Amino acid sequence: MSKNNVGVDIPDSILNQYDYKPYAGAKLGNPVSQRVAPQVRAQFGENKVVNSIADVVKAEVKDGMTISFHHHLREGDQVFNEVMQVIIDQGIKDLTLAPSSLTNVMNDMVVKAIKAGTVTHITSSGMRGSLGDAVSHGALKSPVIFRSHGGRARAIETGKIKIDVAFLGVPNSDAEGNANGMTGDAAFGSLGYALMDAKYANKVVLLTDNLVDYPNTPASINQTQVDYVVKVAQVGDPDKIGSGATRFTKDPKELKIAQMVNDVITHSQYFKDGFSFQTGSGGAALAVTRYLRQSMLDKGIKASFALGGITKPTTDLLAEGLVKKVMDVQDFDKGAANSMHTNPAQQEIDASWYADPFNKGAMVDKLDVVILSALQIDTDFNVNVLTGSDGVLRGAVGGHQDAATAKLTIISAPLVRGRLATIVPKMTSITTPGESIDVVVTEIGIAINPRRKDLIDALSHIPGVPVFTIQELAAKAEAIVGKPKAIEYTDRPVALVEYRDGSLIDVINQVKD
Amino acid sequence: MEIKKTALAGTLESSDIQITLSPATAGGIQIDLDSAVASQYGDEIKKVITDTLTGFKIDNALVKAVDKGALDCVIKARTIAAAQRALEQTEPAWEVL
Repeated sequence: MSKNNVGVDIPDSILNQYDYKPYAGAKLGNPVSQRVAPQVRAQFGENKVVNSIADVVKAEVKDGMTISFHHHLREGDQVFNEVMQVIIDQGIKDLTLAPSSLTNVMNDMVVKAIKAGTVTHITSSGMRGSLGDAVSHGALKSPVIFRSHGGRARAIETGKIKIDVAFLGVPNSDAEGNANGMTGDAAFGSLGYALMDAKYANKVVLLTDNLVDYPNTPASINQTQVDYVVKVAQVGDPDKIGSGATRFTKDPKELKIAQMVNDVITHSQYFKDGFSFQTGSGGAALAVTRYLRQSMLDKGIKASFALGGITKPTTDLLAEGLVKKVMDVQDFDKGAANSMHTNPAQQEIDASWYADPFNKGAMVDKLDVVILSALQIDTDFNVNVLTGSDGVLRGAVGGHQDAATAKLTIISAPLVRGRLATIVPKMTSITTPGESIDVVVTEIGIAINPRRKDLIDALSHIPGVPVFTIQELAAKAEAIVGKPKAIEYTDRPVALVEYRDGSLIDVINQVKD
Repeated sequence: MEIKKTALAGTLESSDIQITLSPATAGGIQIDLDSAVASQYGDEIKKVITDTLTGFKIDNALVKAVDKGALDCVIKARTIAAAQRALEQTEPAWEVL
């Protein structure tokens, strides 16, 4: 048994069997790593266009291989289910599934592939719904490996994830495989996560419903990387890829939280001309962007860049000149996707450039302020974004661990959700270490990480922003909802949670029925 | 006290609980609980319902409880409302409150 740096006991058998070191801290030093390169089969202008997924699968996918997908089509994705069904039908076994993440629309197909023996290993950013439920109850023999977006980029570059065949849905491509995410019925904007697969997979298969004239520009994925272009009827349902218009929340609790988050930002030393920020896509995070806009106008402050998953409120700031650049790894709504097409100051970045801790400098390292969410926060400021309070998988690491390394990391979360406390003495799993978290903002007030004496001085006297210790917030939550019964687990691991550097931050066990 | 008729109180909105009481002649208070937080709070929810019904001197009842994350005060209020409807009481039962 080894205790890692967030106090989790990790059995030596797991460290040895899966070749892990226990998580040792968020400061990584300057690690030196060796990159790997994909195998390349040269082509000289032969026809890459095929009409049948089945032909490609038959030619390229073999038992025991690692296959990948991206999740930029989100809940509108039609590529994943179509390809997986073909793979199941061909009786292929023992695959490792290594997508950038898994969305709800893929859940039932993954469960089916597990039952058929087609998929026996999974690595992902997250999982939820029927799939999370199945895995948490022991559907897979091998534990799922969860990695952040930066962690996946690192794992691909260093060969921990060795993709044999990548199936990448794109809203446009020419016959040679020059493609981008910006035009076509299924346009989704940045191809940020898929660019890793296009660069490092041995075989790259593009699937598109929109074959355009050669050469297709601007090309995010280009023909030097692509083996096949498959013409399909539809890669995604445009209505489900991203919400059309982002609505401004009217929930008074979310607005209160957003207002306090804005107060925390504007009273910190980081709110000055040229600052940088990242926000998520939740209701409170979107509202923060609105409040922040007004504060920037009032103080005459402009941001140098906004980073990460992008929404329309952020691209509105770009159009208004309040943000100079948007560095875009994925787009959460149509407004943000359209803006990338029309505004050259909105730069598409891949997952490595965004957040990889093992490259020569990722953009998260230059980030001043980030606002992130949480399913649970413990009294050491550790955050869980993977498991529900019932211990079942229902979330994703996403860029949480990566962006949390910003200079001011704010977690915005309601004190309680229904009958569930958000701030608890002990969480069901740890995703992001408390060492990275600086301020927790709830509707009743904030808690400042005692490690940050400077922030305690700067943020303790903001009018209308009560300051509590994190223990006080946990006690207030428990006073409302009552003391929950502890979740019971078996001793069988169903998921391993990597920190962004590939060390082991937590082990999630199967829940008892 | 005998339950006279099946009665219901509460909605299926978030943070509410819907309690349906039906007559039973024996078997005590039997609760069929449907809740997303059953693993953490199931015992507590059942205890609040049982205690509240006992306050009305109801010994036998079939209870269907569909919980959407209600707090104890809500569970108690909905149980009281369902009990009074089931017992056809129109005056508030002050001793139970």
